[in-house]
Amino acid sequence: MINFVLLISRQGKVRLTKWYSPYTQKERTKVIRELSGLILTRGPKLCNFVEWRGYKVVYRRYASLYFCMCIDADDNELEVLEIIHHFVEILDRYFGSVCELDLIFNFHKAYYILDEILIAGELQESSKKNVARLIAAQAC
Amino acid sequence: MDTVEKIVEDFASDIALSPFSSGTSLREMIRAIRACKTAAEERAVVRRECAAIRTAISENEPELRHRNMAKLMFIHMLGYPTHFAQMECLKLIAAAGYPEKRVGYLGLMLLLDERQEVLMLVTNSLKQDLNHTNQFIVGLALCALGNICSAEMARDLSPEVERLMRSREVNTKKKAALCSIRIARKVPDLAENFMGLAASLLKEKHHGVLISAIQLCTELCKASRDALEYLRKNCIEGLVRILRDVSNSSYAPEYDVSGIVDPFLHIRVLKLLRILGQGDADCSEYMNDILAQVATKTESNKNAGNAILYECVQTIMGIEATSGLRVLAINILGRFLSNRDNNIRYVALNMLMRAIAVDALAVQRHRTTILECVKDADASIRKRALELVYLLVNDTNVKPLTKELIDYLNIADPDFIGDLTVMICSIVEKFSQEKLWYLDQMFKVLSLAGNHVKDDICHALIVVLSNTAEFQGYSVRSLYKALQSYGKQGSLVRVAVWCIGEYGEMLVNNVGMLDREEPIKVTESDAVGAVEFALSRYSADVTTGAMCLVALLKLSSRFPSTSERVKQIVAQNKENVVLELQQRSIEFTSIIQRHQSIRSSLLERMPVLDEASYLVKRATATQTTISADKLAPAVTPGSLKLPNGVAKPTSAPLADLLDLSSDGAPASTVASTTTPNDFLQDLLGIGGVSSSTTGVTSTASTDILMDLLSIGSSPSQNGTPVTDFRHPGQESKPVPAVPEAIDLLGSLSPAETKPTPVVPQDMDLLDGLSSNTSVSGLENTTHPSITAFQSATLKITFDFKRKPGNPRVTTIHATFTNLTSSTFTDFIFQAAVPKFIQLRLDPASGNTVPANGNGSVTQGLNVTNNQQGQIIVELAYAHTSYLLAFFNLHVLPYPTPFPSMCL
Repeated sequence: MINFVLLISRQGKVRLTKWYSPYTQKERTKVIRELSGLILTRGPKLCNFVEWRGYKVVYRRYASLYFCMCIDADDNELEVLEIIHHFVEILDRYFGSVCELDLIFNFHKAYYILDEILIAGELQESSKKNVARLIAAQAC
Repeated sequence: MDTVEKIVEDFASDIALSPFSSGTSLREMIRAIRACKTAAEERAVVRRECAAIRTAISENEPELRHRNMAKLMFIHMLGYPTHFAQMECLKLIAAAGYPEKRVGYLGLMLLLDERQEVLMLVTNSLKQDLNHTNQFIVGLALCALGNICSAEMARDLSPEVERLMRSREVNTKKKAALCSIRIARKVPDLAENFMGLAASLLKEKHHGVLISAIQLCTELCKASRDALEYLRKNCIEGLVRILRDVSNSSYAPEYDVSGIVDPFLHIRVLKLLRILGQGDADCSEYMNDILAQVATKTESNKNAGNAILYECVQTIMGIEATSGLRVLAINILGRFLSNRDNNIRYVALNMLMRAIAVDALAVQRHRTTILECVKDADASIRKRALELVYLLVNDTNVKPLTKELIDYLNIADPDFIGDLTVMICSIVEKFSQEKLWYLDQMFKVLSLAGNHVKDDICHALIVVLSNTAEFQGYSVRSLYKALQSYGKQGSLVRVAVWCIGEYGEMLVNNVGMLDREEPIKVTESDAVGAVEFALSRYSADVTTGAMCLVALLKLSSRFPSTSERVKQIVAQNKENVVLELQQRSIEFTSIIQRHQSIRSSLLERMPVLDEASYLVKRATATQTTISADKLAPAVTPGSLKLPNGVAKPTSAPLADLLDLSSDGAPASTVASTTTPNDFLQDLLGIGGVSSSTTGVTSTASTDILMDLLSIGSSPSQNGTPVTDFRHPGQESKPVPAVPEAIDLLGSLSPAETKPTPVVPQDMDLLDGLSSNTSVSGLENTTHPSITAFQSATLKITFDFKRKPGNPRVTTIHATFTNLTSSTFTDFIFQAAVPKFIQLRLDPASGNTVPANGNGSVTQGLNVTNNQQGQIIVELAYAHTSYLLAFFNLHVLPYPTPFPSMCL
């Protein structure tokens, strides 16, 4: 299960957070701070997994943004990389070559898209076309 | 003029952002926040926006509500408090329009979590929305419920979710299935309600529904045994078919991920198959073929394919697979391990940890590659590999493996040395078949990474050293050599200093040479010099400093010629700001200066430490710490992880100290009868028990070694008698006005066990040193009794009677009370006085002092004072439970308020 999703910029600014396990506001701030310290400092050629508090955080960098997902110790890390990429591709299709600014000014739309991909920390839809269709149908 | 214009401009911009204007749009607000150059500016903008939103909330303007909520979500993301808007979420959710609801639900998921009570208020709106005719509104409600519902909400809304799983809309079905996962997690009792529905969803064609249903099945299996059995019976065929279909299907653009059709579905089916096949031979048999197909046919040049292979290998390892299939899986791992992609290598190591239980031999074949991974540049990979290496070590490969790891210590990343050292120490301890090998490895580790070696490991090493007489000489020489080249390694310095102190003569005389050793030439002064250097270098570290002082003291006795030099070095610390070092320095100086006669016996080698009981205690201590260390759920091989600064582990090492007594130690001539607890007290200070015991228990395990060598703790109690080691017969020079008490070991001089009384003449008794002044008024009276000495173990009281007619003769009636819980046997009391006083001791009433103050021993002393002046009586006592008391000798050269007697 995915416990939370974080989007952090290279400067450590939070661009999106989604919590599927209960964390208090205080814990959330702490988690974000800890993980930014761990992930942003890692070199480019290292593996995309960080062990953290008995969980694993899978991250992937796209331009200036780090997409991080925290999973249980026995989950499939390689697949989570694919989920991240799945999310990014859908964002890319929706915004048309997405950039950090799109996610800042349209953060709510990024959340709506994420809600069509994940629920309860589990994958909902493996078809990018389906997600795009559903988002379009709800456009307002 | 400029300034005026500027003010007008500022004012205008303020108006533009003020709540009284029409308000800013979300985009404008974000832009304004992004334009801020400092944090203070940003706070100001946020404050203004929040004020505007609060006003809007209080004015209850529904048309601005969803825009304000969107702004608040952004503000929330920046880390500002937004709790005041929680009710706004509920109002938006209750609104009729879809856009309002959508923003409301998003705010609900973002600003609240399941533990907030406000959430309960939303249950009713959720229920209405779950029954809505618009599938998207139903979808919003399901999504919110799936992401943040609490146990109560799960119970209340579970029937709605069940109903929605039967919906005709695929979108609703998959969301309802995922929502049920959350419900089953929150309320496992409800799991069985969903199993039939979940199984029927597996017949669908839509991948989204299939993925959701498979995930639901997986969750149900975890939540309920019945569900697991049900799904084994009813779904295994369906699942194998799904996997076969997706694995065999040709190109499907909608689900394609780098040439593979829907890896997500693949992986989820494989995961569920693993749970179903675990411990069930029939199920495992049924899926053998398809697993073999996936394992052989999946392309491994892309991450998606590798993700599937990884999951497939896990499933093969998890189920009751055939041996052929297992070979296939191990081979895939081998391929992964040699992959150049770090991610792939990481998961391979991860998987090998589990494979080791299935096929240890196959994993052993990859040992070289795994060892390479320990040296990887990537911390995640190193960590995995190191844990794996620990599992791989066995009696046959321990030597080459340890050599590799120790060699790597030379070049390892500083952050990694700590973990690596702990692991090496743990391996070396666990697999040490030969003592010499163990010692060699430990010396190497201490030399290369001594700053990372934990105290309990050093302590264990010392216990071993103390037990292997044949290698003590070799060890002390090796450590001496290592100390010359690696003097910066803290633990090395401590162990080396300890050994030099204990076995100094072996170092100098080349005692116990091994064949392979080259003789070295170390003079006595070299040995002292090495310790002196360590002392000067580590003066900041109390433990090391204290150990150095003890070692020096011991050397002064081993090498009498260095005595004067040692005295000087020790004396340098007399003014040390650290109390412990200052005290030791003063005490030790006194021993060197004034107690030549007993020094050699006092400074004999430590008694052999009991290895077996130490190991038992250490194991129990580490177990407690490991169980306490719940934060680390990952396997922590090596039961050596001591959490920093936890007081718990000290209990065991302390107990070890106590055990010294029961070893029949060489230094001891009297058998002990006390319980360990008494020894603890004894070791920690006859006089200063109160201060020293608390000091020790509250400090972390770093003190272990110090305690072991503790000679004296803080003198704190008033009236603490000063111990001295003089026999009455040897008393020659008058002692200065420093009152002292003698702690005398009867066992050291058996001939003198019978007290030799000396007759005193006169005595008067006053507290403190000011006694000279107040004598006159007290003559010819019977003085009230005083407590001449009291410690946690023994109390001595004196009653006085002056002989009428002869004021110079005083009779003292001494009463000894044992305060411990064990009986003192062979109790001897002695007293010494300066020459101008005569003292005669009457025979004692007995030589056994009962425990717990139940009864006492009495003894008379007759004191005759031939001069006018202060009477100084030195007291000593000994009994069998005080075997080790000399380790705790208190020699206080400065005046203490000890009751002195004067005329």
